Amino acid sequence: MILLIEQLLNGLQYGVTLFLLAAGLTLIFGIMGVINLAHGALYMVGAFAATWVAIQTGSFWAGLVSGLLASAIAGIVVELGVMRRLYARDHLDQVLATFALILIFNQSTVLIFGRQPLFTSVPEIFAGSVQILPGLPYPTYRLFVIAVGLAVAVGLYLLINKTRIGMLVRAGASNRQMVRALGVNIQGLYTAVFALGALLAGLAGVMASPIVSVQVGMGDEIILATFVVVVIGGVGSVKGAFVAAILLGMFDTMLRAFLPRMLQEIMPGPEAQALGVGLSSMGIYLMMALVLLVRPRGLFAAHG
Amino acid sequence: MKRLLTSASLLVALAMPGFAEGTKIGVITTLSGPAGYLGEQIRNGLDLGLKASGASYELIVEDDGRDPNTGVQIADRMLNEEGIKLLTGIVFSNVSGAVVPETLDAGAIYVSPNAAPSPLAGEKCHPNYFVVSWQNDSLHEASGAAAKKLGYTTAVALAPNYQAGKDAIAGFAREFGGEVTEIYTGVEQSDFAGEMAQIRDKAPQVVFQFHPGGQGIAFLKQYQQAGLLGTVPMVLSEPSYDAVILKAVGPAAVGITGTTHWNDDFDNEASKAMVAAWATAFPETPLTTYGQQAYDTGLLIGSALNKAGGDGDVAALQAAIKAAEFTSTRGSFAFGPNQHPVQDWYLTAIEADAAGNPKIVTKEKIREAVGDVYAANCKM
Repeated sequence: MILLIEQLLNGLQYGVTLFLLAAGLTLIFGIMGVINLAHGALYMVGAFAATWVAIQTGSFWAGLVSGLLASAIAGIVVELGVMRRLYARDHLDQVLATFALILIFNQSTVLIFGRQPLFTSVPEIFAGSVQILPGLPYPTYRLFVIAVGLAVAVGLYLLINKTRIGMLVRAGASNRQMVRALGVNIQGLYTAVFALGALLAGLAGVMASPIVSVQVGMGDEIILATFVVVVIGGVGSVKGAFVAAILLGMFDTMLRAFLPRMLQEIMPGPEAQALGVGLSSMGIYLMMALVLLVRPRGLFAAHG
Repeated sequence: MKRLLTSASLLVALAMPGFAEGTKIGVITTLSGPAGYLGEQIRNGLDLGLKASGASYELIVEDDGRDPNTGVQIADRMLNEEGIKLLTGIVFSNVSGAVVPETLDAGAIYVSPNAAPSPLAGEKCHPNYFVVSWQNDSLHEASGAAAKKLGYTTAVALAPNYQAGKDAIAGFAREFGGEVTEIYTGVEQSDFAGEMAQIRDKAPQVVFQFHPGGQGIAFLKQYQQAGLLGTVPMVLSEPSYDAVILKAVGPAAVGITGTTHWNDDFDNEASKAMVAAWATAFPETPLTTYGQQAYDTGLLIGSALNKAGGDGDVAALQAAIKAAEFTSTRGSFAFGPNQHPVQDWYLTAIEADAAGNPKIVTKEKIREAVGDVYAANCKM
């Protein structure tokens, strides 16, 4: 029982990290129609900037601010310099260009920081763990990550549903041409949305940096799962991204935690392990296939 | 037109063997991605070792990105287009499993500075395939022996789900002899929260884990954050606590038991010379066992190139490598019947230095002159 609760928390934490990445990706995809493979690179930029500043200043919070700034600025530069030229072109060109961006970001990071991974500690007040239940200490920092993720979800909900800019974003996601025809400054909106997406990706990177090792290519690992979230949730829908991210985070964690064990009940050890690990790494893709079978546009499709 | 012709003939001249600086050695290694620093260690170690041997050589370095397909493409180009006869450098067993057969089929020689998967150590052993590091299993058998010696009887063993991970758990379990719960992780996994929960649930006497490169850093950090570091002791093989990982993890690593075939406090001339050369050439990066293995590989290849006079006669070069006439930085070194090393293994402790940072201290020899279990199946 304790194991189950701990794994649920782990799933939730993975889920909110995916949400931070997917929220930006789904907006960019939905509003501008651009497939941005380099979204993971912005996650890496946030993590590197935050970690480097945290090492120099000794303060996690200074790192947090610099990580957010760096990723937002990187986002704006990418939007103005590259993305702008891609809106009118087909998806293959976009994939090619943003894939090139991944390579450029990765190699630039190697040039600046080298191949050695960076490392920071969790901030002092979140060091250690909280006794959630008797016999279940859970790292305070991971609880903090969950709290930040949920707070961002609420903030995004308010931004998108209660503000003027949110209204434009929603309108842009469901009918781009009409928004443009109504005389909205679509270029400015695009830049703002891209910067916001980059900022959220950077936040995910900053949050993950004390847990995982900060290294070149860290974004490439998580971006695949993020795309799955976007597809399951429905392109352009932040609500869909949230639901899909939490679902997928939980599902993936549960599969990895319990499937090998369950298989061990019915077959010998090593084979059960191998099969369990194999099946659970397929799990999220199977889930995507099933969802698409029932709802080809994802759970909460934004396009009309 | 005239200028074009001149530059063309210059290019041709450069490509002619007579103009080359020394024997070309193909280095296929992992320079990008989370494990990129491992390839960097290997490339730099090879270069320093070859330099120390005084041989005339030229390194052709290519990045495999930890991808077997990329590795095979590079090998193909090196072997068939550039006419290279000697390859080395691979970090990961999945890459070497694909590249080594390709190299041997082409009649070239492969000398491994790191990966040594079990399939290539037994029945598929080959006269042109040499391993300078260790066989994958024996690397982890030392950890099994150490855990047993410390009196533990139940263990949780974790490793990524690929050939070297399977070899790791098999090797550990073989010498440990106690009850082992196996957990396989993803090859690119970086968050181990689920595994931490499983370890807590199992409550073993000792944890053994094999996660090279960035994965090892993440694992150790999260082990500490989950509050397990003080409660469940950990025994590691050298790739899971190399100097770079320790530098990244910091004081949290103090108290972990490790096993290794070499450490920077070894008291022999070759090792001291290497540590000094590395500190001069790369003051920013700590020397790890990857660098050391590559340095030994460089010494071996260099000694063979000197003896055979380059790679003109591949059979002579093969015989010169087999003779292993070099002074290893690890002290005793010999090739077993399958051309994998026969060597000693040491127990190490991770202690705090004056500044409180972790450093690896060699304690005692736990296995002497051991080869690997697959050597018996090798008929050459």
